[in-house]
Amino acid sequence: MKFGTTIFALALFAFAALVAAGFGVDEPFRQHMWVLFLVLLGFVAILLRNTNFQVAPPIDPSAYMDGPIRYGAIATLFWGVVGMLVGVVIALQLAYPDLNIQPWFNFGRLRPLHTSGVVFAFGGNALLCTSLYVVQRTCRARLFGGDLAWFVFWGYQLFIVMAATGYLLGITESREYAEPEWYVDIWLTIVWVAYLILFLGTILKRKEPHIYVANWFYLSFIVTIAMLHVVNNLSMPASFLGSKSYSAFSGVQDALTQWWYGHNAVGFFLTAGFLGMMYYFVPKQANRPVYSYRLSIIHFWAIIFLYIWAGPHHLHYTALPDWAQTLGMVFSIMLWMPSWGGMINGLMTLSGAWDKIRTDPIIRMMVMAIAFYGMSTFEGPMMSIKAVNSLSHYTDWTIGHVHSGALGWVGMISFGAIYYMVPKLWNRERLYSLRLVTWHFWLATLGIVVYAAVMWVSGVMQGLMWREYDEQGFLVYSFAETVAAMHPYYVMRAAGGALYLSGALLMAWNITMTILGYQREEQPLPGSEPALQPAE
Amino acid sequence: MDYNLMREFADSWGLLTMALFFVGCIGFALRPSGRSQAEEAARIPLKDD
Repeated sequence: MKFGTTIFALALFAFAALVAAGFGVDEPFRQHMWVLFLVLLGFVAILLRNTNFQVAPPIDPSAYMDGPIRYGAIATLFWGVVGMLVGVVIALQLAYPDLNIQPWFNFGRLRPLHTSGVVFAFGGNALLCTSLYVVQRTCRARLFGGDLAWFVFWGYQLFIVMAATGYLLGITESREYAEPEWYVDIWLTIVWVAYLILFLGTILKRKEPHIYVANWFYLSFIVTIAMLHVVNNLSMPASFLGSKSYSAFSGVQDALTQWWYGHNAVGFFLTAGFLGMMYYFVPKQANRPVYSYRLSIIHFWAIIFLYIWAGPHHLHYTALPDWAQTLGMVFSIMLWMPSWGGMINGLMTLSGAWDKIRTDPIIRMMVMAIAFYGMSTFEGPMMSIKAVNSLSHYTDWTIGHVHSGALGWVGMISFGAIYYMVPKLWNRERLYSLRLVTWHFWLATLGIVVYAAVMWVSGVMQGLMWREYDEQGFLVYSFAETVAAMHPYYVMRAAGGALYLSGALLMAWNITMTILGYQREEQPLPGSEPALQPAE
Repeated sequence: MDYNLMREFADSWGLLTMALFFVGCIGFALRPSGRSQAEEAARIPLKDD
């Protein structure tokens, strides 16, 4: 029977969720278990409607397994639009507090929904599907483990749904970028180990003798996230049928653990993984090998050795010992070099083909991503310097920095990769429309520029107002005055985010039409085809 | 095994081992005979689809 074991296992888990919904010790946990029960029941119903008793056709072991990657590309777009939409909503909530709808849709609950939505749901799905795409094609081997890839894909979606609904119900560990409670963490650990086995198994059965550098970056991302996730979430549940747990660490140790996790989530989730994407998709789209393969190896090892120490720069001027703060600052500054080495490597891949920036909107998107990688990895080390941090910390400047990295680097490189992959995955000759890609590029770029510039002005103003003393040593501004001064910037920030979101909506339309097999009748982009000279 | 012991290990032998490993990786990547291998490896994604 097709899906036989899966249906049985899901039904069993659905029943367990129903029991937990009945016996849960707190109300949010019972509600959350109802959500889980209904989701699993939905899965069972869908599988039961699609099952049959025919003998499954044999699988060609030499063909690539692209089913989960197709689903992953669609999931990336879906969660991207959702996560960015929530971002615009919370930006508007900051500008207009009346938009806080109690209790489910207030800022405190929607904010982790936004961060997890864009980082783990959008970025995570982009990494998941591109890593499986790249590892097969650079190892020339089908994915390891049969249906393991499907388990990883659907298991990860279940994690996202449980995390997101948990936030709205008010269930949180209050750990930055790791808000889900203990039972969701355990589920993610299981899925992540399966992902590691899937990826490593495919590498082990490769036919290509050398492991291409993109796979090194992807593997480092998977291994490091496993380590970070497990250590950061070490906690004791108050009850095994309840939604509350207590961290294994306390005080400053807990703070350092959280930022060791938090910064390396940036370093290995949002950087190393997406660098893997860069090292495959930029050479593919430009149809040229990477500028220097040896530089990419040095880039890899330098990032591995340096990033892991940079976390303490999030805890400048706190109870963390001074030497640890300085250590974090020094390592952050040292990161300048490998980051810029990698940026130069990515950009110089286009040397001799610079005209593609003018003629190929997908290359243009990737180049903009690499430029933002360079810019935000310049800004980050600068902000980690204690003197600069004393002005920038806790202000909107930090938010602006994160978004120039997230929207500029992570978002743009993922868009580029998806635009490249989708026509290949669905055997389409080309995208529905390249002109829409150009529109997406300009909407997104304009959105990021507005967002980042506004947050710089707002953040520096905020920092200066906080530290303004009068001649008698009193603070000049109350906190509420700084908030009132930021209102216009909050409105402009929401506008920048809306521009970026509208670009993503265009992409969703473009990709949907491509998948459905349509091609838009349009003038070719200027320069993309050789111009014909009239015969004389 | 207390904190001080781990701390002393980390900033002596641990530091030395990691630094040497790192320098070794860089040296290995830059060894003269690696040039042709690196050029070949760089072409892996472009071989086919």
